Amino acid sequence: MKLSLALSLAMASLWHRRRILLLVTLTLTLSVSLLLGVQYLRTEVRQSFNSAVSGTDLIIGARSGELNLLLYSVFHIGHATNNLGWNSFQELQKDGRIDWLIPLSLGDSYRGHRVVGTDSRFLEHYQYGDDQPLQLAKGRWFSDVFDVVLGAQVARTLGHRTGDEIVLSHGGGRTSFVKHDQHPFRVSGILAATGTPVDRGVYVSLEGLEAIHIGWEAGVPAPGRTLSADAARNRELTPDTITAALTGIKRQILTFQVQRDINQYGGEPLSAILPGVALAQLWQVLEQFELLLLGITTFVVVISLAGLVTVLLTLQTHRHQEIAVLRANGASPSLIGSLYLLECTGLAVTATVLATGLWYLLLLAVAPWLLDVWGIAINLRRLTVAEGLLLASVPLAGLAVGAIPAFKAWQLGNRASGWGAQ
Amino acid sequence: MIIKTTNLGWQWPGQSAQLRFPDISLPAGEHLFIHGPSGSGKTTLLSLLSGLNRATLGSIRVHGQDLARLSGGGRDRLRADRTGVIFQQFNLVPYLSALDNATLPCRLSGRRRQQAGDPAVAARQLMTALGLPGETFNRKAPELSTGQQQRVAAARALIGAPPLILADEPTSALDVVNRDRFVALLLEQAAGTGSSVVFVSHDPALASHFGNHLELLTDTEANP
Repeated sequence: MKLSLALSLAMASLWHRRRILLLVTLTLTLSVSLLLGVQYLRTEVRQSFNSAVSGTDLIIGARSGELNLLLYSVFHIGHATNNLGWNSFQELQKDGRIDWLIPLSLGDSYRGHRVVGTDSRFLEHYQYGDDQPLQLAKGRWFSDVFDVVLGAQVARTLGHRTGDEIVLSHGGGRTSFVKHDQHPFRVSGILAATGTPVDRGVYVSLEGLEAIHIGWEAGVPAPGRTLSADAARNRELTPDTITAALTGIKRQILTFQVQRDINQYGGEPLSAILPGVALAQLWQVLEQFELLLLGITTFVVVISLAGLVTVLLTLQTHRHQEIAVLRANGASPSLIGSLYLLECTGLAVTATVLATGLWYLLLLAVAPWLLDVWGIAINLRRLTVAEGLLLASVPLAGLAVGAIPAFKAWQLGNRASGWGAQ
Repeated sequence: MIIKTTNLGWQWPGQSAQLRFPDISLPAGEHLFIHGPSGSGKTTLLSLLSGLNRATLGSIRVHGQDLARLSGGGRDRLRADRTGVIFQQFNLVPYLSALDNATLPCRLSGRRRQQAGDPAVAARQLMTALGLPGETFNRKAPELSTGQQQRVAAARALIGAPPLILADEPTSALDVVNRDRFVALLLEQAAGTGSSVVFVSHDPALASHFGNHLELLTDTEANP
C-alpha cells in the first residue's frame, strides 16, 4: 500500500514539474540513444563486414598489407598500391590445388561507384552471407566487350534498367573530369541485392576495361591513338595486369600451404591473405576505437544523469513544505526518500524508453543513407542481450544516483525541526 | 486522558537553553487553547505532542502511549492513525488536488481509511461542511486561496476521525471574519467526529471558543 502511495505521489510530482524536467529528460534521452546507437552500430557493422565475403579462401594481390588488400578488393575502400601481373594469374590457374580464381581489376568508376573488371567466374563463385551465391535480378551476365552488369544499389539509386547506355569515368571518386565517353557501355543485367559492397559495384569484362584504355597515356587519352568500339572489338584485349584475385582452394587443409607458396612466389612479390584473419585483424584495430567511443558515450550518459540529479537537488530546496506535510501526516522518512528514488528511476526509465523509440526512428531514417553512402547495411532488428543490458543499466544508474537526493530527503524528514516548513 | 505531560522540556541540539512546559492533562474529546507570544515554544510543544520530535526531559503520554518508549516509526504510525495536523500555512502537497490532499491520511493509515468509509466521499462531505465550493475540489493547492487551503487542511485533519487534532495558528493568515468562521467550523466538525482539538494561537480573542486554556510565557526557560 505504501509503495503504491509512493508511486502515485512520485508520478504526480513528476507531472507537476514536467516543464523543468522535460529538458533534463530530453538530454538523458539523447545521450541514451547515442549509447544505444553506438552499441547497435558496432554489432551491425561487424555483421555487415563479416557477411560481405564468404567461401573465398584466399585473396591474392600485389605485395601489401593484409588489411589494405582486403579493404580494396572486397570493400572498395582505398586503392591498390601495385598490380598483379596477368602472367602470375595464369600461373596460379595452373596450380592443381586451386579450385577457382576470380580476377578483379579496379581503377575506374561510374558516378561514384567502383567499376570492377572481372569475368563470368565472379557470378559463378563469389559468395556472401551464409555462402549465398550471386543472382541476376534482371537481364544476363555480360557477354560483349561493352556490356556492363550493375549492382542492385547502383541500378536502384541511378534508376538504370537493362538496355541503358552508361559512360564510365577514369579513376575513382564521385566526380571525375575524364570520361570514357567514346566507349559507352550497355547495361546487360542487374544483380539481385545482397546488402554487401557487391551492390555498389559496376561489373564489366576485363577486355572492356582494356579496350577503353587503349591509347591512353598518363591518365588521359592521347589524341588520335584511341580506338573506336568496333575496332577495339577486333583487337587482342588480354590485360597485362589485374588488381587482385579471389581464390577457392580445393581442399581447405591446403589453404596455408597455398598461401605460403604464393607469398614466396618467385615471379613477382605477391600477398595472399585469409579474409577471415584479415577481418579479425580489422576488428582488433577497430575495437580500441569502438571501446573508446562506447566509453565516451557512457560518460555522456553519466553527465546527463549528473545533470538530472543536480536538477532534482535544486528542486528539493522547494520541497521542504511538501516533506513537512507528508511527515506530519505520518509518512515515514523512508517513504519520503523513496519518492526521490522513484522519481529519478522513473525519469531514467522514461528516457530509456524514449531513447529506444528515438533510435529506431533514427534508424528508419538513416539506414537507407548509410547503405547508399557507406554501403553498410543496417538491419532493423530486435535488441541483442548486450544492448538490452546496456539499456537496463541506465535506470539502474538512475536508481543509484537517485540515492543522493533520496538520502538528503530522508535526512530532512528525520531531522529534529520536523514541524512545518518554517 | 488523551494528552498527559509531566515536567516536559525541550532542548535544541547543541544549545544549552531549555524550554520547559506546564503540565497538561487533557481528557479525550475536550479542546485545549494554547496561547503565548512568539518564541514561547508553542510550535515546539506541538512537534513534541505529534511525536515528530522527542522530548529531552519529562514524560509525555498521547493516546495513552508513552511517546518516549516508541521508536521513530512507531510515533509516525501513531500520528498517521490517530492525529490530524494543521499548519500555520503551506499545508498542502502542491502537486495534489484539494481532494487528494484531503484524503492523504487515508492512504497513509489503514485505520483512518477504515473510519472514513469511502475516503473521497468523506473528504467531499467534510470540505463541503467547511464551506469549500465543489469546483475547488479538483484544483491544485497553488490555485486555491489561503483560506481555502486552510479549509482543505482542516478537512484532511478531520478525515477518518482521529482522536486528536493539532492546529498550529491555522488562522493567522486569515482576516477576522474568516478566522472566527474557520474556528467555529473546525470545532463543529471535531465535535461530530469526537476529536480533541489542541489549538495554538497568539491571538487571545480566540480563547473563548475553547474550554481548556494553557498560557505559555516567554520565560518558560528554566535554569539549567
